Amino acid sequence: MSVAARSQLSHLRALESEAIHVMREVAAELEKPVLLFSGGKDSIVLLRLAEKAFRPAPFPFPLMHVDTGHNFPEVIEFRDRRVAELGERLIVASVQESIDSGRAVEETGPRASRNRLQTVTLLDALAEHGFDAAFGGARRDEERARAKERMFSFRDDFGQWDPKNQRPELWNLYNGRIKQGENVRVFPLSNWTELDVWEYIDQEGLEVPSIYFAHEREVFGRDGMLYAWREGAELIEGEQVTRETVRYRTVGDMTCTGGVRSQAATLEEVVTEIAATRITERGETRADDRVTEAAMEDRKKAGYF
Amino acid sequence: MTLDLLRFTTAGSVDDGKSTLIGRLLYDTKQVFEDQLEHVEAASERRGGEGSLDLALLTDGLRAEREQGITIDVAYRYFATPKRRFIIADCPGHRQYTRNMVTGASTADLAVILLDARRGVLEQSKRHAFISALLGIPHLVVAVNKMDLVDYSQERFEELVAEFEGFAQKLNGVTTNGTSPSRGRDIAYMPISALNGDNVVERSQAMTWHDGPTLLELLEQVEVAYDHPYDRPARFPVQWVIRPTATVATGGNTASGTATVNGTSSNGNGGVATVGDYRGYAGQLASGALRKGDEVTVLPSGRTTKIAAIDTFDGELEEAMAPMSLTLRLEDELDVSRGETICGPQEAPTVARELEADVCWMAERPLGPGGRYVIKHTTRSATAVVDAITDHVDVDTLERAAPPAELALNDIGRVRLRTSAPLVFDPYASNRRTGSFILIDEASNETVGAGMIAAPT
Repeated sequence: MSVAARSQLSHLRALESEAIHVMREVAAELEKPVLLFSGGKDSIVLLRLAEKAFRPAPFPFPLMHVDTGHNFPEVIEFRDRRVAELGERLIVASVQESIDSGRAVEETGPRASRNRLQTVTLLDALAEHGFDAAFGGARRDEERARAKERMFSFRDDFGQWDPKNQRPELWNLYNGRIKQGENVRVFPLSNWTELDVWEYIDQEGLEVPSIYFAHEREVFGRDGMLYAWREGAELIEGEQVTRETVRYRTVGDMTCTGGVRSQAATLEEVVTEIAATRITERGETRADDRVTEAAMEDRKKAGYF
Repeated sequence: MTLDLLRFTTAGSVDDGKSTLIGRLLYDTKQVFEDQLEHVEAASERRGGEGSLDLALLTDGLRAEREQGITIDVAYRYFATPKRRFIIADCPGHRQYTRNMVTGASTADLAVILLDARRGVLEQSKRHAFISALLGIPHLVVAVNKMDLVDYSQERFEELVAEFEGFAQKLNGVTTNGTSPSRGRDIAYMPISALNGDNVVERSQAMTWHDGPTLLELLEQVEVAYDHPYDRPARFPVQWVIRPTATVATGGNTASGTATVNGTSSNGNGGVATVGDYRGYAGQLASGALRKGDEVTVLPSGRTTKIAAIDTFDGELEEAMAPMSLTLRLEDELDVSRGETICGPQEAPTVARELEADVCWMAERPLGPGGRYVIKHTTRSATAVVDAITDHVDVDTLERAAPPAELALNDIGRVRLRTSAPLVFDPYASNRRTGSFILIDEASNETVGAGMIAAPT
């Protein structure tokens, strides 16, 4: 192929190249990075980008999952299989252990969620292993506070994000210098949209957990969302468990991630559905962002992903 | 090159309609999701009464911005049409946010400069145009907004075009460093009403006298080749050396409270050379194109060799072009390390420990002669010492003035630097990637300056 012909670089290739550049910069400039892998679609893309950045060598960092203990079993099974295929090392940081050791206090009642507690487990695990950089799959199109966040997002020794005092990020020159105890969250997918992620998964032929595709499941409706029924979930009066054909647009804790009614059973159908959708993925499926107008901003200031 | 991704910047304050313009672009290209719209409808009604819809609220980000009705920081917005994907760097326009404007402009291929049709070419628009030019943005779009408030007057529009043209002449004089005469800069003028949507996405019924494209049409058509010009000499700053035989640190020991899942080892579908002998130089091609077999020079050492292979995870390539991320293998074992630049056979870059650059200062503590900083240029970091400030641009009057004793926050001036290690660079005007650098405070680690290297005089 001639240079002229290949000058039609697709936007996915441009985004891919930018993300690979970011990952290599982090590997080169920080002491001890880690890649946060949840088994969700964004972190699946991160793993492929890490392969593109570092193969044929092993990744210069381990993977870590913050496990709330309320994950979809399909996702955990997928997570372990993918890690084994890659031959990389996975660290599982457990919210249950944070609760058992008294570091975190479980919420109670039918709306209890471990989403907020993840922050405690994440910060403890970063400190315990001495990680100074953590790759995350967050994208700026997800949410209004994220739209302001840099590729390199600095956190003080309490893990806090200070949105009014961010380092200017110029050209592709990232300043990764930090002090002892500080860490940086790095978001190589910052400039990707949800549709880009799905198109990339399609282009690369990546496997994703089955819950992203339409399937029948026992669910109950609450606040306009469909939550998966699981053993131990508490229902509020009037709520009923029914069988529905649903799929998930995001993979999070079962207690705060809603499914959407969908017949999209293949990757192609999912891409088509996302291209036509009229609701943001977080607005449609994440109870954690619906609490207040600034729910995400507040959680990020406290050290969330 | 028709990249299907355009990065552009907008700057301004709330009252010149910048947020409304972005809101209008998102809304009319049907990029606003229902739940976002509900948010905006609710917020509009809280402020403006029932039935009002303020599209500007679509771009509000942080809590403080919503409370104070201002933009504090650069926000990035995304939208797409069937023709192209767009990334907007939405910047605040006040003088105290010059550094944010510089940040937004550093990755943009196009800048939308907003004018208020009633108020003409104000300081803020001038400052934004100046910074866009200084940062070498090749396409400027002057959007004359609020045409509805001047009765969609063609006469008024042409008056403002003439006024801006006069200013643009001055701009060329003061930013010779920021643009290359060979590539130049184009300016398009556009009469719009962001409030009513005239000439943003939909053609205006009230301004049939304007026969140019709408703003969106222009954004879809403009040529994008600036950031990684493939027709320039090849420059490949080495980021990372891939040597699978080397011991690679993979994090600490697994302590209590965590579990480890070990898998069997397997490599990707790369299909590259025998792992044991492998030594690849990974990086992003900053400019130009490289072919297998090309003769290359590694700088600053000056050693020459040939490209043995261009590797990617998806297999070997015969040739590659900017801005692809690649791994190069070389014919001779040269032991190249991070910070060195592999250059194509075309014209050589400058290798020097002294340089002059326009620096935008971003910190409270001023920059002065004798100041020591960490300089990050391509993938190399070194120590830089300020020899002298040789001139100063008044961002408001656009005059190059006598050198001040120091550069204060948001000042822009020409600075002469010495570095502890040789840098491999081109003038910013001909290569944005190898002509730019940042300065970092050694004590606080803050990014304190943005530099654009001047052509040798």
